[in-house]
Amino acid sequence: MDFGMIIAFIAASITSGTPILFGTLGEIVTEKVGHLNLGVEGMMAIGAFAGFMAGYTTDSFLIAILVAFAAGALAALIYGILTITFMANQNVTGLTLTIFGVGLANFCGHFARKTLEVESLKLPEKITDQMRAINIPGLSDIPVIGPLLFSYNPFVYLGIITAILLAFYFNRTKRGLNVRAIGENPAAADAAGIKVTKWKYINVCLGGGICGIGGAFTIMIINKGVWISDCVNGLGWISVALVIFASWNPKKAIFGSFIFGALRQLKYYVPSSIGIPGAIYDMLPYIITTIVLIMASVRNSKKNAQPASCGVNYFREER
Amino acid sequence: MEKGKEPVYAIECKGITKTFGSVVANDHIDLNVKQGEILALLGENGSGKTTLMNMLSGIYHPDEGSIFVKGEEALINSPTDATSFGIGMIHQHFKLVEVFTAAQNIVLGTKEKLESPKVMKEKIDAICNKFGLEVDSDKKVYDMSVSEKQTVEILKVLYRGARILILDEPTAVLTPQETEKLFAILRKMKEQGNAVIIITHKLNEVLEISDRVTILRKGQSIETVVTAECDVNSLTELMVGRAVSLEIDRPEVEKKEAILKCVDLTIDSSDGTRGIEDVSFEIRTGEILGIAGVAGSGQKELCEGIAGLLKVKQGAILYNKENIVGKTPLEIISLGISMSFVPEDRLGMGLVASMGMTDNMLLKSYKKGKGPFIRRKPAKKLASELIKKLSIVTPGIETPVRLMSGGNVQKVLLGREIESSPNVLITAYPVRGLDINSSYMIYNLLNEQKKKNVAVIYVGEDLDVLLELCDNIMVLCHGKITGIVNAKKATKEELGILMTGGSTKGVTKVE
Repeated sequence: MDFGMIIAFIAASITSGTPILFGTLGEIVTEKVGHLNLGVEGMMAIGAFAGFMAGYTTDSFLIAILVAFAAGALAALIYGILTITFMANQNVTGLTLTIFGVGLANFCGHFARKTLEVESLKLPEKITDQMRAINIPGLSDIPVIGPLLFSYNPFVYLGIITAILLAFYFNRTKRGLNVRAIGENPAAADAAGIKVTKWKYINVCLGGGICGIGGAFTIMIINKGVWISDCVNGLGWISVALVIFASWNPKKAIFGSFIFGALRQLKYYVPSSIGIPGAIYDMLPYIITTIVLIMASVRNSKKNAQPASCGVNYFREER
Repeated sequence: MEKGKEPVYAIECKGITKTFGSVVANDHIDLNVKQGEILALLGENGSGKTTLMNMLSGIYHPDEGSIFVKGEEALINSPTDATSFGIGMIHQHFKLVEVFTAAQNIVLGTKEKLESPKVMKEKIDAICNKFGLEVDSDKKVYDMSVSEKQTVEILKVLYRGARILILDEPTAVLTPQETEKLFAILRKMKEQGNAVIIITHKLNEVLEISDRVTILRKGQSIETVVTAECDVNSLTELMVGRAVSLEIDRPEVEKKEAILKCVDLTIDSSDGTRGIEDVSFEIRTGEILGIAGVAGSGQKELCEGIAGLLKVKQGAILYNKENIVGKTPLEIISLGISMSFVPEDRLGMGLVASMGMTDNMLLKSYKKGKGPFIRRKPAKKLASELIKKLSIVTPGIETPVRLMSGGNVQKVLLGREIESSPNVLITAYPVRGLDINSSYMIYNLLNEQKKKNVAVIYVGEDLDVLLELCDNIMVLCHGKITGIVNAKKATKEELGILMTGGSTKGVTKVE
């Protein structure tokens, strides 16, 4: 593999890790208020379809992103109402949301294709142009640095900015401190006068919205703007695992998602003469996920642990 | 009375009523506190103390009645409202975020913007100096001792400018020395014109710290008395509703034989930290050995180690000269060693909360049955016997035990263990959270076992009880034995010193 290949591999890994980054960030935001939402896959699927259709009908990349966010947030709101207000079991609700979301997106995609009477749903040229890698004159042409830093599609930059903003929000702002307190000990937060229910809803929906953008990525970039069923294809599940890998830290999520991106890209860059079957490469992210989960359960420090109340609903008057 | 002459109370409750479903927790309660006064709230379990205080702090909302702060009616709908009226509550179970520092916990939820750690520290230090508190504001809560955590809780409410402080059983988990320190702080608050309400079970503390006492019984406010005019007996009578003997028996058993001996026992707790280290002691039949220590000093590890639930790292446990280290819990039970551990949440160990009494009895006896099917009849009979013998209050023997009150659940647990007629009975915190009546019943049960030549290990919190009930008391501190003393000769202060790992000089040791 020559030097140019390595550069191309790194760039491809970063792009490929971006949808996982969104999923991971969304789940971190959710878990920080003590809600384990296993519906990432479903919220991404719903975001993917909504974003796709918005792009299809309006030709605007920005609107597509906003609609994907809104759809993801709306899907998360279902989860929020069930778990925050009605105290439903978080695991079951999340799983159901995944099944529901994937099914809904597939159904709607199929329905849209039939109604519009087209062979395949494809985003118009105008919007696919906006999704391409941004070419910054001058900067993008610098050797090595250009392709490594300034050669990505807008999603990548958006993902990294989101991660940095979230890290700032959780660690440097008062509101972030309050939100973290809710996830750690809602009773303590409540007694300290923090509006627990309100902030749980805000964070759960925000998290869902971020997942939704990740979903839009899968259809717009990975599938190049052509609608297919099951477009998220397990990325949501990897995101849930990556939250643990990143130890609930948005900044670490950036690196974690790029490592997983690299694993997904490996098969295109390792010379076929080595002779590893392609199926091994497809398995890699999942094998690593399993190893990560085992390692995380062995490592047991309080500092990098899951928010203490995660998975447990909070009811103020519980005796 | 004319309006102007009426004393203005810091806080006054009139006719407060609160029901949970069909249970009336508070029934038209009246209560008042002046500025610069310490009021003790006294009552048995389930008399409604905590419910009442939770309404003052905005956790619950009263169904009826009104609360007045400084003479004006106050509507307290949330903890934020309570704070704005200057009411601060220190809960029995601390409401702290474990992974935050002291300073982060203190400023949590306040309105001002997030200050730099330095400015926060200065602000906190200023309050500390005013009331004589000590805290390391950068320390994480999970690294703190119970007493430090409590200090953070107190600082939290003071930081919010509270003038009315409510403390729910603040001394339950403190050593006598720490309690003294807390009382000094409370007196200082009182001097500065704050109103303090303190909830406690311990009568001698009520007499020591409070100016007046309000007594609750079965959700009603029975009377408010001036502390100086009371003694332990009169307060108990008001609380229980009849005269109660406060003596705990300590029967003497003649024939004592060594039955269980621990030698250089080292056990790690389940999270990998050292639980107990080099612990050696001996217990004889017909003897109650008390184990004292600040919560988390290794009591749990010791009990679980003997019962075979935790792996013994080093040392030996000799039961009738046979080493039982490495045996399974089942084998240990069949040898006649029985453990009943009442954890902080009371239901965590020993009983299955959603099962009825019969099924819980079966847990311990089903192995004895032959064939694949269980026989419910003997278990049912045992359950009804226990109900009669221990006067357990339950709607029925099939009612899930979680629906029973704490005291009754504990009786079920202890009763089942005693029924298996063990030779060594380990009980940890059997009276945790129980009121006087139920506690004395448990003490009597233990004494009965002692008379039957059972060796009893009693892990307890209340030092007064340990001193009265036990024959010897072993004190643990950070997993090590700091002393084994004769309960007849030792004093509370000596135990307190041992509990904090202080010098053992001058303490009456057991030969």
